[in-house]
Amino acid sequence: METDLNSQDRKDLDKFIKFFALKTVQVIVQARLGEKICTRSSSSPTGSDWFNLAIKDIPEVTHEAKKALAGQLPAVGRSMCVEISLKTSEGDSMELEIWCLEMNEKCDKEIKVSYAVYNRLSLLLKSLLAITRVTPAYRLSRKQGHEYVILYRIYFGEVQLNGLGEGFQTVRVGTVGTPVGTITLSCAYRINLAFMSTRHFERTPPIMGIIIDHFVDRPYPSSSPMHPCNYRTTSEDTGVTYPSVEDSQEVCTTSFSTSPPSQCVFTVTKAHFQTPPPVVTDTLRVPMAGLAFSHQLSSSRLSYQPAALGVGSADLAYPVVFAAGLNATHPHQLMVPGKEGGVPLAPNQPAHGTQADQERVATCTPSDGAHCAATPSSSEDTETVSNSSEGRASPHDVLETIFVRKVGAFVNKPINQVTLTSLDIPFAMFAPKNLELEDADPMGSLLSDGSSGGSSGNTQDDFVMIDFKPAFSKDDILPMDLGTFYREFQNPPQLSSLSIDIGAQSMAEDLDSLPEKLAVHEKNVREFDAFVETLQ
Amino acid sequence: MRSRITLCFLLSAHLLRFIAHAELETLDKINICEKLTDSTVWATGYKMNCRSEVLEVSVEGRQVEEAMLAVLHTVLLHRSTGKFHYKKEGTYSIGTVGTQDVDCDFIDFTYVRVSSEELDRALRKVVGEFRDALRNSGGDGLGQMSLEFYQKKKSRWPFSDECIPWEVWTVKVHVVALATEQERQICREKVGEKLCEKIINIVEVMNRHEYLPKMPTQSELDNVFDTGLRDVQPYLYKISFQITDALGSSVTTTMRRLIKDTLAL
Repeated sequence: METDLNSQDRKDLDKFIKFFALKTVQVIVQARLGEKICTRSSSSPTGSDWFNLAIKDIPEVTHEAKKALAGQLPAVGRSMCVEISLKTSEGDSMELEIWCLEMNEKCDKEIKVSYAVYNRLSLLLKSLLAITRVTPAYRLSRKQGHEYVILYRIYFGEVQLNGLGEGFQTVRVGTVGTPVGTITLSCAYRINLAFMSTRHFERTPPIMGIIIDHFVDRPYPSSSPMHPCNYRTTSEDTGVTYPSVEDSQEVCTTSFSTSPPSQCVFTVTKAHFQTPPPVVTDTLRVPMAGLAFSHQLSSSRLSYQPAALGVGSADLAYPVVFAAGLNATHPHQLMVPGKEGGVPLAPNQPAHGTQADQERVATCTPSDGAHCAATPSSSEDTETVSNSSEGRASPHDVLETIFVRKVGAFVNKPINQVTLTSLDIPFAMFAPKNLELEDADPMGSLLSDGSSGGSSGNTQDDFVMIDFKPAFSKDDILPMDLGTFYREFQNPPQLSSLSIDIGAQSMAEDLDSLPEKLAVHEKNVREFDAFVETLQ
Repeated sequence: MRSRITLCFLLSAHLLRFIAHAELETLDKINICEKLTDSTVWATGYKMNCRSEVLEVSVEGRQVEEAMLAVLHTVLLHRSTGKFHYKKEGTYSIGTVGTQDVDCDFIDFTYVRVSSEELDRALRKVVGEFRDALRNSGGDGLGQMSLEFYQKKKSRWPFSDECIPWEVWTVKVHVVALATEQERQICREKVGEKLCEKIINIVEVMNRHEYLPKMPTQSELDNVFDTGLRDVQPYLYKISFQITDALGSSVTTTMRRLIKDTLAL
């Protein structure tokens, strides 16, 4: 009941909630910028540090948050949500997380607004700082760059969790009871990125050539536009200079009283600054826009999924990928590459429904003219070998393994979705032996269990094309330590050409073949003479 | 007669406590301190509401330091405030706490800590000692660190101030040895994921908003907060560690318990 709260307390509480919401957005977006955040402690209080925490205010983010809030505060049924999504340079995007600041009806009448609520909100912000580094999207955001970026979107209203895929997980950051309701901060995050994390991104080779300026084409109308979590690159549209913090934010000077706590003196003074420029009233009917937006997102994503059903689509653009381990039925999805080296996202291989056969030996793709080595070890594979080689259009037609472990020359790799492309793999003849090793590998359980549901049915799924990798670092062929490798290959067999046993060839044979040779040469005497003349 | 026995009992209990405290103070930082639970403290028999939280991690030798620092810093982040500045009329203002991200070298993990070099140095020192003790123990590679938040309570002469814990965080560490590079690589990632879970657990506990010491007056500030740092003010804390055997108890603890039991009559 609001009558229990005096007006000063009520005003303070509203202010706290408003700035808490703004600071929450700042923390979340800054955590997804891809950089390490560092702020300094200051023993003497400064006016603008709400909740006694040094959280910088990025003007653009504050502007967006205020725009989304449109003067309202989170209340029952009206939550403030920050949606974090990933967008590749090809234009695909995928929602990664949704952070929700909600209010429910459970009130805590006893609590003192200007003392306990303030301190608890401060504690909640600290928890938020810790939790934002812990969800899977953090590691992805640290590696954003050319191949993908992390975007954020703020909306106000109903929480929409549809875009997170199946089995998303929720983590509750914390709750703070206030006299008007309980504030809850939580995060729902896509779970099937958990395996993607850093492993793949560090191992994949760079995209060939193209770096698209993703900020030029906004795929979605600007009703609830996505914003890059990277404010270094300036947005192309707005010529608006966002008011800096000092201009628009109220200054918070807090002083607390010791005992009794009821005698808290809390002052919030408004700094005397120039009035901020009028905010563009672009907020619109935010819930509706939000709904439309996420609908668009999901529909765009749907268009890429059919590949998973085993129908080859060579003209497919670059689908967003989910961890293969949890999607045994979606074997064709590709990786979203990271900063260090993107994967050449390529159309899926035509699928013929055949499952990956672990005993198959790598072959090369003949379309590249490269030398083909090795042979399939089982006869029923020949059909798939030829099929898949037809399907190869270019060196870019690569399916990347999802579970790539970084570092380590001979790290074991699952058979899942591995294909060979143009390279001639050295030591291919050793591959069968090592595939058996892989079968017995206990680490395989960490990785995809669905290796049977894995590859698109091409035979060359035992090898991975990784450009620009030195020899001996093909980790699926030779999953062993450098030391073991060295010991094994220390004594290679002698070249056959060097080991001709002279005694084996008898002189008699040589002599016998001489007359024939002479006869042939005599026939060609004229040619030889002509040749000699050209030399002179 | 009865009163004499009671007096004897009380005196011996106080004496024991006194000795124990003295011992604690002389053992500089390498404090072999029994983990305090939420039941009886010492032999005086009064109960103290002390929360106890236990976390367990299994790490490789070189990851011990970073894993411990991550947990300890996360707890201290929540248990530190800005410096208090008292003004007249019993009001005070609070300084600002900055934060910074720390990437781990041997674990795929990033944690947030308070921006205070002094605090970081203090933690690194004791974690380094723990790591060395673990390495030199030659045992099963089991050990634990305790981060205890306490309040000081002034006692009359000749007894020294009492330290009354109100929250204890215990991190149990199990060191594993790995043979191959690929196992180490997997360990990097798995430990990173485990630490993510631990951080979520810590935040959950913090969010319960259970007992926290009352905000002190200026004269009582040093009994609640550690005012020795320049830029932040954590609650009074002490960190101790012990190397445990497989049964989870240290030799010193067992001896203590024996003595206490004998004296308890």
